[in-house]
Amino acid sequence: MNSGPKSQLPIYAAVLFCLALCPMPAEAHLTSTGMGPIYDGLVHFLMSPEDFVPVLALALLAGLRGAAYGRRALFTLPGAWLLGGFVGMSGAATNGNAIIAAVWFLLLGGLLAADMNLSLRLVTGLAVLLGLYNGYLNGTGMGGFGAASVALLGLVFAVFVLVAFATAFVVRLRAQWARVSVRVAGSWIFASGLLMLGWATRRH
Amino acid sequence: MKTRQHAAVRWIAVLVPMLLCARVALAHPQAGEAKGFLTGFRHPISGLDHVLAMVAVGLWGAQLGSPAIWLLPVAFPMVMAFGGMLGLMGVPLPGTEVAIAASAILLGAAVLFEFRPALPLAALLVAFFAIFHGHAHGTELPPGQSGLLYSMGFVIATGCLHAVGIGIGVAHRWVWGQRFLRFAGAGVAMGGFFFLWKVFV
Repeated sequence: MNSGPKSQLPIYAAVLFCLALCPMPAEAHLTSTGMGPIYDGLVHFLMSPEDFVPVLALALLAGLRGAAYGRRALFTLPGAWLLGGFVGMSGAATNGNAIIAAVWFLLLGGLLAADMNLSLRLVTGLAVLLGLYNGYLNGTGMGGFGAASVALLGLVFAVFVLVAFATAFVVRLRAQWARVSVRVAGSWIFASGLLMLGWATRRH
Repeated sequence: MKTRQHAAVRWIAVLVPMLLCARVALAHPQAGEAKGFLTGFRHPISGLDHVLAMVAVGLWGAQLGSPAIWLLPVAFPMVMAFGGMLGLMGVPLPGTEVAIAASAILLGAAVLFEFRPALPLAALLVAFFAIFHGHAHGTELPPGQSGLLYSMGFVIATGCLHAVGIGIGVAHRWVWGQRFLRFAGAGVAMGGFFFLWKVFV
């Protein structure tokens, strides 16, 4: 008889399965999560594809280029985002321009799809620009919010975590098909940007 | 053995009542955005003519092997999105329905006969038809949706259709698989003839 230690996996699987059977109503992208401003900011970022997707694209691009690029993006992007957010809080509330949002998709998606051999300085510049621009827009939107600074910190934390996970995931990829898959994701982002551009011009 | 069977029965006895008591998930109370993504995701897979052509691109890429296996599915969504952008902007493109039917015929024939042109020619052929597919989608887009989420759903669905084609195309490594792919190519081409006939009837 096998007297070795039994795997706990079936128990965990059973518990998770039971939890999955009792879904609670998902309250996506609400103004308040009810869990405090940190989570409000964090959830806002995760539920805003116009913020989330360019950050993901930049992180994947930095990851494809190597660990040094990933480390640089990991600190410059959230830093610039935080700075832009604080500057934006003192500015008048403004909505993002749909064409500029589309341009970010096109630029970062295109660079990722082409696996462009960019210099570290250029990737850093892109991270700073993206962080300042999107951070500023977020900041202006949070201006009237009581705990805006704390929400901004939550948002920047989400940016940091996403960049950390995405770059770390891509840096370790060695198989050609896996790296090609990342580039395919870039082509999808680029294609989404083209359609967004069409939507933006259609409105005008 | 009996102990295991008893344990399994106990688990089933617990899990089945829980399944019966599953609550309704009320996800995405913010109206518009989720609808935009889902509508965008459904759009490419709602028309069989589009589905046939996109799966055929994946099949053909799998037959041609590397680098076409990833270059064609990368080229198609990008150029298709360009066509979609033209459609959204209101730029007219004549003969869209005929070109979409012709794309199924030619791409199906390429799979059927295992046509192996130079890579630029294959990419050019796929890109040419992609513009018409994208334009048709662009002009059909519903108003009042979230453009960003719609676009993402649209592109992801297109990519998934190519992935289905590539996944089926993996069978090309076996002799029976090669025959099966050629048979599938014939099916796509016949579908194209049917859609061409519908255009003129």
